[in-house]
Amino acid sequence: MRRALPREHFEKPLWHTPFHPRIAALMTHEQWYGWGGYLSPQVIRDEEMEYFAIRNAASLFDVSPMVKYRIAGPDAEAYCDRLTVRDVSKLKPGRVHYTAWCDDEGKVLDDGTLFRFSPTEFRLCCQERHLPWLLDSAIGYDVEIAEVTEDIAALSLQGPTSYAVLRDAGFAGIETLKPFDIRAFETAAGPVTVSRTGFTGDLGYELFVPPDQALALWDLLWTAGQLHRIVAIGFAALDLARLEAGFIMAGSDFVPAEHAIRADRRRSPYEIGLGWLVALDKPRHFNGKRALAAEKAKNAFRHCLVALDIDGNVPAEHALVYHRGKREVGHITAAAWSPTVKRNIALASMTRPYGDTVVNDLWVEIYALRELVYSKSLVRARIVERPFFNPKRRSATPPGVF
Amino acid sequence: MPTPSFDAIVVGGGHNGLAAAALLGKAGRRVLLLEAADAVGGAARTVDLAPGFRVPEIAHLANRLHPEVVRRLDLKRHGLAFAATNLATTSLSVDGRPLTLAGAFGERLEGDIAEAERVAWAALRGKLLRFSGVLAPFLSQVPPRLKNGGIADMMTLGKLGLGIRRLGRDDMREFLRMVLMNIADVLDEEITDDRLRAAVAFDAVLGTSLGPRSPNSLMTLFYRLAGQANGVQAATALPRGGMGAVVAALASAATASGVVIRTGAGVASILVEDDRATGVVLASGEEIRAPLVASAMNPATTLLSLVGARHLDTGLVRRLTHVRSKGTVAKLNLALDGPPPFTGLGAEGLTGRLVTAPSLQAIETAFDAAKYGRYSDEPALEITVPSATDPALAPAGQHVVSINAIYAPFRLKPDSEAGREAFEARILAVLERHAPGIGSRIVAKDFLTPADIERRHRIPGGHWHHGELSIDQMFMLRPVLGLAQYATPLAGLYLCGAGSHPGGGVSGAPALNAVSRILADGKGSSLFAAGGKSRR
Ligand SMILES: Cc1cc2nc3c(=O)[nH]c(=O)nc-3n(C[C@H](O)[C@H](O)[C@H](O)COP(=O)(O)OP(=O)(O)OC[C@H]3O[C@@H](n4cnc5c(N)ncnc54)[C@H](O)[C@@H]3O)c2cc1C
Repeated sequence: MRRALPREHFEKPLWHTPFHPRIAALMTHEQWYGWGGYLSPQVIRDEEMEYFAIRNAASLFDVSPMVKYRIAGPDAEAYCDRLTVRDVSKLKPGRVHYTAWCDDEGKVLDDGTLFRFSPTEFRLCCQERHLPWLLDSAIGYDVEIAEVTEDIAALSLQGPTSYAVLRDAGFAGIETLKPFDIRAFETAAGPVTVSRTGFTGDLGYELFVPPDQALALWDLLWTAGQLHRIVAIGFAALDLARLEAGFIMAGSDFVPAEHAIRADRRRSPYEIGLGWLVALDKPRHFNGKRALAAEKAKNAFRHCLVALDIDGNVPAEHALVYHRGKREVGHITAAAWSPTVKRNIALASMTRPYGDTVVNDLWVEIYALRELVYSKSLVRARIVERPFFNPKRRSATPPGVF
Repeated sequence: MPTPSFDAIVVGGGHNGLAAAALLGKAGRRVLLLEAADAVGGAARTVDLAPGFRVPEIAHLANRLHPEVVRRLDLKRHGLAFAATNLATTSLSVDGRPLTLAGAFGERLEGDIAEAERVAWAALRGKLLRFSGVLAPFLSQVPPRLKNGGIADMMTLGKLGLGIRRLGRDDMREFLRMVLMNIADVLDEEITDDRLRAAVAFDAVLGTSLGPRSPNSLMTLFYRLAGQANGVQAATALPRGGMGAVVAALASAATASGVVIRTGAGVASILVEDDRATGVVLASGEEIRAPLVASAMNPATTLLSLVGARHLDTGLVRRLTHVRSKGTVAKLNLALDGPPPFTGLGAEGLTGRLVTAPSLQAIETAFDAAKYGRYSDEPALEITVPSATDPALAPAGQHVVSINAIYAPFRLKPDSEAGREAFEARILAVLERHAPGIGSRIVAKDFLTPADIERRHRIPGGHWHHGELSIDQMFMLRPVLGLAQYATPLAGLYLCGAGSHPGGGVSGAPALNAVSRILADGKGSSLFAAGGKSRR
């Protein structure tokens, strides 16, 4: 289904999502940005309030621009298995898993979530658009692939009180939904598909409806959420939460292989901390397997992605990482002062062996702009475990009521 | 399952498959060759046209049979002989003024032609032969790997560079200026005689989807000129017994080195286990195992149909599905109850190769139709009369005529399929114009369009080269990037047919290169290298 473009579409090149009327009504500072061709909020009212809603109450984020593909047919499982690096035969109907997919050379094209609705129907959600790749990958498979981004409106409801919001909104039985489960619910806003997933590392859910039900769903959650301090949020708050959760993002923490102009910017899953996804032992062949197996056999990884705990409280955005304060060995891809763990955290892409076997004596050179003058400081950085923040409530079933 | 009794299976018994099998056999491997058709030879067979008449079914002229193949397999001892070598090419003209290019690529011009033109031709010919000579090694050796290449790869590249440098400064500049030109522009600069221009342009475009004015049509001429026949560069020859004689000699050499040849044995799929090719399954369901499978059939068909996309990465699948392989040449074979009555051509003329194209522009116009999915109104023809030098091919006093006709596009406009008969009639009309009365002498004929060739010989698009021979599908990009080294992503599976570098024509070169690659790979591995010799 394609919406016809309005005649003057070029005057406002960013499209409105189905939730736009509600978000626009709450928006005070007009801090929008473009996400996959849609107008999306960066901040709706106040970045800090929005962030704290994620960690202390309930946050509502419009994820409709997330790219979604429907994959269905007798060969759907075999197809998803050949496309992605994880073993899809282990993904049961009604479950979601996080995964990644590679080109022939084993370089990551994107990461995303794979939903399995039935033995023969899947949905792939991701950041980048891949239809030509997905279609060419389907040669030889009895499977139908369609981009359904526009056909599905999606909301991410995240935070400790998110369960309570859904319960009060009439999602009967939501308490038994486990992390990475998918289930359909009958609600006052019509049928809603819910998965217990999210990008915050907290208790949370993602909800999917046809676009014409979008506003009814928003209103249902908004009304039920008032008692539970629901806050509509923009991407800025989410970006901080995802860093605390240690999630990486295409375009920020790695360059999708299809976008990389410089061949050495492409990364294999092993080089961006996604090695654990790669099922080299799964029975079916998958894209990039030969290259990845060879890379692994020869231990030929050139890079690695690490989590850093950095001295001080100045976010190390865009900073370089040094060994012994001299040798440049990596760069920061995401950094922030974490209000929740109260540490100066960052993700960094490192050139091996630094970050891999050489893990001590790492320094970060931070430039902080203070009243138009840069102050430069070389501070200590320690490699720590990801995620930085991983609360128990994230996975407790039934979820707690906060 | 009994232990495999073959070290290698070669799929496809065209001349390349036979050459690969024979070379592997010579290297001590126990080889099984599987051919789907009832006879080996592929597009290089001699067939019965009518009782007492035998014709080269498709390929008729030998101009690139690799001397290494002839030498290593001792093909002369296995019966290979030529009925005629160093064939002259005669550019026919309806007004009875044929121009003959005698010797290799018109060493001498015979016929009425201006002196200035002779001089200009001698200079251009010399230049083209020098330049194709520089490319010749590149056009026959294993193409270099650009990334992670070894010493051999650097040597190949280095030799090309050196060859270009050796041309001297002026020639080097000229080479670099010309290398990507089209043949029409080259001829426009130097030659005015229509018959000569047409004959040269014809050689450049025959077997390709190019017209004389299409980009890079000089490269395809270089490809042709880089070949040799019986030791003479750019020459053409007629094997005694038709092209099938090459096949017969190869089959004899193969058998002599222990190769088992099975015909009527179409391969339905290649077995893959643990990312290795481990054998084949025949259309009959029979399973045959061997640690090495060399495919001498089309590369895209091999990988997409016999192996299956499921074992390949998407990027490779994508490239394979994009290989352009749409033939443009139709074949008409005639049996005549007397000699073909070509105007102004004595008995001597019939022993050579005849080309009918009134002008370079006429070829370009013929190509225009093909570009838009129609058969040419005025096809250009390459004609041989094999029985003129090889009387055994026809009853006494009678003849067989073998004709390549361009352009017959594989992909036709929806309403043009019916044009098949009309196209055959147009070929006969052109023939009639040059040989009045020839039509009434026909006692049997066989007409093949690219679609017919695809059906009969399993050649995608009926393409001369098993994939268009153009810059983007040559050298390191043939058949596609990542497969140019004859090896495939599946261990134990190699490609060795015309779809691989350097390309088509009856040469045996892809097989020769592939086998040297296979043997080099085999050296380090115990898998099948130990096999043959010790058991033999
Ligand atoms: C009209 C025309 C005219 C030509 N004229 C000339 C010429 O005059 N001179 C010249 O040098 N070249 C000429 N050529 C080109 C030349 O004929 C080919 O390039 C060459 O014969 C290709 O040889 P090959 O062994 O690589 O492939 P092929 O000859 O195509 O052999 C492949 C073999 O594989 C077999 N095969 C396919 N699939 C299977 C399967 N699944 N299982 C088992 N077997 C299978 C086929 O039956 C076939 O026998 C001409 C080509 C055409 C189309």
